[in-house]
Amino acid sequence: MNEIDKKIILKTEGLSKHYGGVKALDNADFTLKNGEHIAIVGDNGAGKSTFIRQITGVEIPTSGKIFFDGNLVNFKTPSDAKNAGIEAVYQNLALADDLDVPSNIFLGQEETYFNLGPFSFLNAKKMYDKSIEVLSKTGIKIPDINIAMSNMSGGQRQCVAISRSAGFASKLIIMDEPTAALGVQETEQVENIIKNLKDRGIPLIMISHNLRQVFDLVDKIWVFRQGKIVGSVDATTTNSNEVVSLITGIQQKVGEEASFI
Amino acid sequence: MNKNVNNFKANYKKLPPEFNIFLVLLGLALLFEILGWIFIGQSFVANKRRLIIMILQVSVIGIIAVGVTQVIIMAGIDLSGGSLVALSAIVAASLAQNSSYTKAVYPHLTDLPFIIPVLAGIACGLFAGFLSGNIIARTGIPPFIATLGMLVSARGASTWYNNGMPVSFLNDDFIALGQGAWPVVIFLSVAALFHILMRYTKYGKHTYAIGSNEEAARVAGINITRHKIIVYSIAGGLAGLAGVVTAARAMSAQAGMGMMYELDAIAAAVIGGTSLFGGRGRIAGTLFGVLILGVITSGFVFLRIDAYYQEMVKGAIIVGAVVVDQIRYKKKNTKDKDI
Repeated sequence: MNEIDKKIILKTEGLSKHYGGVKALDNADFTLKNGEHIAIVGDNGAGKSTFIRQITGVEIPTSGKIFFDGNLVNFKTPSDAKNAGIEAVYQNLALADDLDVPSNIFLGQEETYFNLGPFSFLNAKKMYDKSIEVLSKTGIKIPDINIAMSNMSGGQRQCVAISRSAGFASKLIIMDEPTAALGVQETEQVENIIKNLKDRGIPLIMISHNLRQVFDLVDKIWVFRQGKIVGSVDATTTNSNEVVSLITGIQQKVGEEASFI
Repeated sequence: MNKNVNNFKANYKKLPPEFNIFLVLLGLALLFEILGWIFIGQSFVANKRRLIIMILQVSVIGIIAVGVTQVIIMAGIDLSGGSLVALSAIVAASLAQNSSYTKAVYPHLTDLPFIIPVLAGIACGLFAGFLSGNIIARTGIPPFIATLGMLVSARGASTWYNNGMPVSFLNDDFIALGQGAWPVVIFLSVAALFHILMRYTKYGKHTYAIGSNEEAARVAGINITRHKIIVYSIAGGLAGLAGVVTAARAMSAQAGMGMMYELDAIAAAVIGGTSLFGGRGRIAGTLFGVLILGVITSGFVFLRIDAYYQEMVKGAIIVGAVVVDQIRYKKKNTKDKDI
């Protein structure tokens, strides 16, 4: 790998995923620079989530290569991707509803007193303190973090999910529709967390259907259509018309006020 | 007034979740006490002998229930407990025979130190659990089917093992394990050990996480396959231990032992507040669940009511416990949607 390539945190070459005869993702060539925030947009079934599932190890690609942090990687499980430094926040939030906040933030990477394999005793105090610390960065108020997630609001849940990713020393954060289920105020809180990540220089891939949000938050927009990448445009030089015509695949005029697809 | 209600609610929430189940236990004991004075003319509770017999009877069920509780918290189910009791009882007994008996199963393996049959019995259950766990975790078939298969196969294996003949003439030091307070001590130690493991270790946390949201646990990097195998193996091992205690208590072993124990164990877990949907429940709750089963059994015997009625009431109580759980679960879900 030469000097220029080191600035690239994630790169895929010819990444494909076929489900039987369906080409959910076809020949995707993608690059992400270190510190860059990008959005993936596209219609339903365009292959956005499929793409994410390949690079987070949730699914194994049919063909193609993934380079992460300068190395060719071959993730077999989500924990492989996690260990490499890729943290993902999923659309369905992927929280254990019966567990409390610290348990969810530290799920799969619990703090223990000493290592006894699965029977290691948990360091509950350390996890509690660290949870308070990472949650304070998001600016969300959770009165009691020792109650089960199922008692919390959508915004609180989302912030816990994001804190889990942002709280660990991660090299890349991926968010699949982070504000889809949130109210106006909660959306703003989540957007603040994302801006905070930008300041910390952590690269981000975000799937979003909200073009207003996309233009507000990211540097670059990648457009997917029918399993293929149909373009990548700079958020500062493009406009919503261009993005929409790329998403739909036809040139057409769209009103300036249309911010939702 | 309103403040008082809130105060009560706040204090009530601070109580351990087992408090409700404890109240049910007290209520049942009180009911039998009153009925006892009316119909029999004596006290139900103030009889040390009855209480000892009651707790001895449920200890074996309790040991199985500790394992089953963990499986159910993981949103699984284990139906094989009863058959594993028979299989490990007969395997353990065959290695615990004394040399004075000429027709021993293994004539060369008599008068062994008691630890060998004990470990053999536990290992037997552990292996069966390991097998079920592998089938469930690797093929993805429902745990109900996998452990139902084990229930049938293990019963068959325990009949095959000694051609359906009982195994008796066991060594005194092995038999001692089932006498006096030993079954209770073993049950309580096992319950205490796993209560601690479930509450304070990674093992417990991952068990709850898988039962609560398996997909979330998977993407969080928990090795689901390995964890499921461990939990089913532990449940099998505990059923094996229950088999050892049963053989020691009965001073012999036969293929028909432990019939329907698995259902009593599941009932104890569910009555004790473990949710069949997974993610919720505690071993301490199961402890009370086991005691409730014990009070019902011993109460019916005390009132000299036919055993048939006892089974019918037990069945109704199990269904009732699940209905209560379902209502609580639904309430929680609709609350989520409101938000």
